[in-house]
Amino acid sequence: MSSNSNLTSMKRTVEQLKLEASVDRIKVSQAAADLQQYCLQNASKDALLVGVPAGSNPFREPRSCALL
Amino acid sequence: MGEIEQMKKEAEALKTQIEAARKAVHDTDMASAASGVAPAPRVQLKTRRTLKGHLAKIYAMHWSTDNRLMVSASQDGKLLIWDSHSGNKVNAVPLKSSWVMTCAYAPSGNLVASGGLDNMCTVYNLKTPVIKTVKELDAHTGYLSCARFLSDTEVLTASGDTTCALWDLETGKQKTVFLNHVGDCMCLSLSPDMNSFVSGACDSLAKLWDIRDGQCKQTFLGHTSDINAISFYPGGNAIITGSDDCTCKMYDLRADQEVISYQDAALNSGVTSLALSMSGRLIFAGYDDFNCNIWDSLKGEKVGVLSGHDNRVSCTGVPPDGMCVCTGSWDSFLKIWN
Repeated sequence: MSSNSNLTSMKRTVEQLKLEASVDRIKVSQAAADLQQYCLQNASKDALLVGVPAGSNPFREPRSCALL
Repeated sequence: MGEIEQMKKEAEALKTQIEAARKAVHDTDMASAASGVAPAPRVQLKTRRTLKGHLAKIYAMHWSTDNRLMVSASQDGKLLIWDSHSGNKVNAVPLKSSWVMTCAYAPSGNLVASGGLDNMCTVYNLKTPVIKTVKELDAHTGYLSCARFLSDTEVLTASGDTTCALWDLETGKQKTVFLNHVGDCMCLSLSPDMNSFVSGACDSLAKLWDIRDGQCKQTFLGHTSDINAISFYPGGNAIITGSDDCTCKMYDLRADQEVISYQDAALNSGVTSLALSMSGRLIFAGYDDFNCNIWDSLKGEKVGVLSGHDNRVSCTGVPPDGMCVCTGSWDSFLKIWN
């Protein structure tokens, strides 16, 4: 391992860390609020969460009603 | 030598700086912030279809954007295209190499791709009278763990050679190589706006990449073992990861950190795969212990389980309309649940 390639590799690591350090961060409380809002706004359309009425479930055979 | 020592010090200082900046915005965590949210209902899903046809372990599956067709890959050396509504096989694609680890459906529905220990991503056209191999994308020096189409002309791959790559399907060449992981790349997920993607690797890190400029923008720490599964949250501001350390985690991109961990002392199997319900509220995570556990993504609680496979759940997928969840297993079956 040449000391030159180690140096180049370290320089790249430092440059990458500088880039990642410069990210603007928002508060976790804000992030959480936004995620919650997204979930709740879309909840009614989420079939796995609220269920699918049997008649409109493409994976279920519709039951026929027998009139007795 | 002096210069390297200086760089090492600078790197350590930057890491400390990043950790401090993350702590500074960590005014709460997801579970506490969601204490006022009504709990998700107990989720009890039934198996609606059991798709039988593969003769060996299933390693991957992917839904088509039409919410009906799906592709699965097995080490029996085949890709099978299924009509999930009828349960019928629509197509079978024989693979040159049976050591397949991933498969993908193009958004157009025209193409599918596969790859694995052959180090290549092979793209097939489903619309020609006989299914034809369109391209063999050959440049990775390690196994292909994941592939995803951006369109009929661009594919993203993740590889055991520690790189991800963006390929031009017309030339068959890599347009961009994403270099930064120091362990095998195991999974990737495209952002909803298609401008970025995230990757998970055996270095236990998840990374966010800009597709066009090739740069790693953010690195997410927290897992203590290989990250096998990764997915963007529907809104695009968060990602969920699944790992051999038996946990799933949510990382928020704008807060640049882990915001919740999905774990249970009783769970000591690695996570192999994961998929999110349409609103993001539910996480379906496949484990080595043959189950798929369902987590409330906001509260961090387990709200259900899909039991029915006789071997490891290796892949899970929810179609774009969120109507069901599919699980694929080493027991050679795929199951559709809702």
